[in-house]
Amino acid sequence: MFEWLGGVLDAWLNIFLQPSPWGTVYLGLLFQGLAITFFVALVTWAIAFVLGSLIGIARTLPYKPLRFVTTAYVEIFRSVPLLVQLFLWFFVVPELLPQAWGTWIKNLESGSMLTAIIGLGCFTSVRIAEQVRAAILSISLGMKNASTALGMTRAQTYRYILLPMGYRIMLPPLTSEFLNNLKNTSTIFTIGVMDLMGRTSEMMEFTFKAYEPLFFATFCYLIINLLVVCAARFLEGMAAIPGFNAAR
Amino acid sequence: MFENFDFAVISANLGRFFLEGMGFTLRLTFFAGLAGFLLGTSLTLVRMASVPFVSRAIAVYINFIRSMPLVLLIFWFNFLLPGIWQEIIGSPYPITFNPLVLAFWTFTLFEAAYFAEIMRAGILSIPQGQAAAGRALGLTGLQVSLFVVLPQAFKNVLPVLLTQLIALFQDTTLVYIIGLKDFFRVIHIAAVRDGRQVELFIFAAVVYCIISYCSSLAVKKLQKPQQELWA
Repeated sequence: MFEWLGGVLDAWLNIFLQPSPWGTVYLGLLFQGLAITFFVALVTWAIAFVLGSLIGIARTLPYKPLRFVTTAYVEIFRSVPLLVQLFLWFFVVPELLPQAWGTWIKNLESGSMLTAIIGLGCFTSVRIAEQVRAAILSISLGMKNASTALGMTRAQTYRYILLPMGYRIMLPPLTSEFLNNLKNTSTIFTIGVMDLMGRTSEMMEFTFKAYEPLFFATFCYLIINLLVVCAARFLEGMAAIPGFNAAR
Repeated sequence: MFENFDFAVISANLGRFFLEGMGFTLRLTFFAGLAGFLLGTSLTLVRMASVPFVSRAIAVYINFIRSMPLVLLIFWFNFLLPGIWQEIIGSPYPITFNPLVLAFWTFTLFEAAYFAEIMRAGILSIPQGQAAAGRALGLTGLQVSLFVVLPQAFKNVLPVLLTQLIALFQDTTLVYIIGLKDFFRVIHIAAVRDGRQVELFIFAAVVYCIISYCSSLAVKKLQKPQQELWA
């Protein structure tokens, strides 16, 4: 039994330890891809979180022009598939920019990485904006009225009442947005970023093996998911306010 | 910015884009959405009936699918389904799937997990008294599920289900990676052939945007209007 298992494992390891055409063993390439996946997921998350928060807050304010612009932004970025958006950022935007800028972007060594980060960041920012808006609107009007009665300005109401409550309510949906963003990074290999998915499909092409690389990628995504879910549980416990059920 | 825009490349290929490409996309969305919903609802019913072992297995399946990127699952099914089907019908050769059938099964098995979770939320939103009243009237467990709980749950989560369907419509673009000819792929082929990426990719984005936006406007009609914060 164990000999058989050992044999299978040995055969598997051998595939991963074969040198690739780039010189490094395949396992090394896969880990490089995993690092890129982490990097892109975190950077896009940071961009999306800041941008999404600003847009989400703007959509709750009573300024008509600001609302119109942010609503248009949200509806457009929500209605175009991610893959199409990535292709727009990669192939179309450099052509529409002034020529010098376009050439500069096209000649960048990590141009595809840059466009992937911008594209994915904008895509996720819309989802976060919707979460922020929904969370703020779900806080009872009484809280907002109480803060106004205490003499708080609108900015103070957001700073001390709406946002601290809103972000706590948002924690569970934000966790799944974080995971969605991480899963969405798997599409950026279509514009040439060698993330985990890119390295996996590359290995499938070079070695003519499908199952081994796919198993590796599946295992990685599964572990990352588990880690993120555990971290989020911990964070929710830390952020909970006694007396308020933030999840509601 | 638009002085070099060549609209002829769009109008010349319109027939192929919509008949071939959009036809594939819409058929895939409709059939995979319907089958995914039926499979997902069945999975949820069995899961919530607490059948030993089976319910546990369904929960694992749903959580597993939901934690995987769709791209990875498309790769998986692209390699697994022909092999599994070969085993089932005992053919000596690997089966070549009709692209639409392959995509249909991939998206059905993927979306079922999401529809299952939505339906579960819907069922949990129905007060327990409803099911108890049904049992008190002498309905069997299955009758209670089908005629008392499910219709109400369905009504509660209809906007979410339709939003998921729009997401599915957008996700079908990912068949690009295994080379199936959906709307975007057909456009992509023409764009590369004619060197007209700018026009055609913008055209694709506009079409997707119009369809998704109009659908989501229709869905919004079903939802309660949101309150104003600063009245």
